[in-house]
Amino acid sequence: MMTRVFALLFALLMLPGAGRAEEVVAALSQSRISITANFDGSEILIFGAVKRDQPTPEGEPLDVIITVAGPEKVETIRRKDRRFGIWINVEAQVIGHTPTFYTVTSTRELADILPPLTDSLWKITPDKRILPGMRGLPAREALIRLRKADDLYRTREGVVTLSEDTLFQTSITLPSNIVEGGYTTRIFLLRNGAVIDSYGTTINVQKVGIERWLYNLAYQQALIYGVMALAIAGLFGWGASEAFRILRR
Amino acid sequence: MQIFLPIAEVSVNAFTLLGLGGIVGVLSGMFGVGGGFLITPLLFFVGIPPAVAVATSANQIVASSVSGVLAHFKRKTVDLKMGFVLLGGGLVGSAIGIQIFNMLKAMGQVDLLVTLCYVVFLGIIGFLMLIESIRAIKRAKGRPGGRPERKKHLWVHNLPLKMKFRASGLYISAIPPIAVGVMVGMLGAVMGVGGGFIMVPAMIYLLGMPTKVVIGTSLFQIIFTAGFTTLLHAYTNHTVDVFLAFLLLIGGVIGAQIGTQIGLKMKAEQLRIWLAVLVLAVCLKLGFDLLLPPKELYSLGA
Repeated sequence: MMTRVFALLFALLMLPGAGRAEEVVAALSQSRISITANFDGSEILIFGAVKRDQPTPEGEPLDVIITVAGPEKVETIRRKDRRFGIWINVEAQVIGHTPTFYTVTSTRELADILPPLTDSLWKITPDKRILPGMRGLPAREALIRLRKADDLYRTREGVVTLSEDTLFQTSITLPSNIVEGGYTTRIFLLRNGAVIDSYGTTINVQKVGIERWLYNLAYQQALIYGVMALAIAGLFGWGASEAFRILRR
Repeated sequence: MQIFLPIAEVSVNAFTLLGLGGIVGVLSGMFGVGGGFLITPLLFFVGIPPAVAVATSANQIVASSVSGVLAHFKRKTVDLKMGFVLLGGGLVGSAIGIQIFNMLKAMGQVDLLVTLCYVVFLGIIGFLMLIESIRAIKRAKGRPGGRPERKKHLWVHNLPLKMKFRASGLYISAIPPIAVGVMVGMLGAVMGVGGGFIMVPAMIYLLGMPTKVVIGTSLFQIIFTAGFTTLLHAYTNHTVDVFLAFLLLIGGVIGAQIGTQIGLKMKAEQLRIWLAVLVLAVCLKLGFDLLLPPKELYSLGA
């Protein structure tokens, strides 16, 4: 019993990743997401197991927290106020790197399994992950509120299923208004309010096919793209007038 | 069927866009307007970013104007010379308009400018149209046989640089048409509209052009102004979405044909009253949004 307590303390004190009694092994249903013309969001299945070289420890149950963070972006946030009787933007503030998407899922209520200190150390909940240094500033709170309203920042408690203290799985829905880039996925194993192991991987989200081609053309060959847009419009206008002339006859 | 728009970067139902294009097409067929003033706010409503909505509307207007002007060419109701003069002003106006648009975009005031333009112009035009068409109906009920039409000669026509516009039967200074062109070009770039709803009354009442050549000539010059605007938006802002334009177009051309048929069955005065009511409704909706306190004071992005 004493050795077990010591082992636990040891694990608590150790830096993450070293000397682990329980390890997480995980996989994703897909590590690459392609934005095609009919892309309408995507669901990723995340599953895994806890690998042990000794019997399951007694006491507090095991918990799993999974986070997915989208690519980071510098954002401009504006505030409206009443001027001359109408509501206009009066103030703009540039806010540093924040993920365009962030989701936290867990086996149980975060309040029960994640003490604030552990949360701060690993930056797990949105409050600790998104600009914690700016807490209380109206612009930061508004950014989180707006992203939550758009369902881009989410906390889903109790949606990770864990069976036999060994196998876990969950699914994460990526929205359709997704930003291209790397989506960092982190999986945490927790016991007694401490992270005993973590695992990280990246999901790549990319436009493909005609989406990729048009996007690149619009940005890299803007003039050609513009001419093409006009040509399509002109041809279509002419085609429509001809088609209906024939139809009317 | 969901479609991911490559430039707007949102996924939208393709049938919603076809339907939007269709509704606006029906209206434009019924009333003979480009419909840009309706499609831009409607695109905001379905979640297209305002900058993309404005630029893509311009692209769509090119197509509907090409389609319309071809019919007018066959009927020889296009005053090419007047068209080119208006166009000269229009291109200058577009370039200025894009500059204003980009400057305000950087300041975060582009939504305000676009909305204000809509409220002011839709308000004025809707109101004038409503009064004019109610009067026309009263006149029609009162006594048949209207007063004979007299060609008015305004002081603006006597400015220097006089030119002959044969198709319009006018001999006037080139300055007023250029000024009208600049105005409409600027509005087009800022509001994502062809400006037909401003151009047509200006040509009739300010330039004194005969009504039969007005629509064709206006469409002719709008092709180029809207085309130039599209090109500038594509080049400087990368905000033209060809997928979006394409879907709106398909709905638009089909709707326009249906609208023309409906329009033929209705009385002209009644048509104009309904158009005026529609224009005023859009204006009031946008106006209230400016006056009422918003639910969320903060907004993200450009």
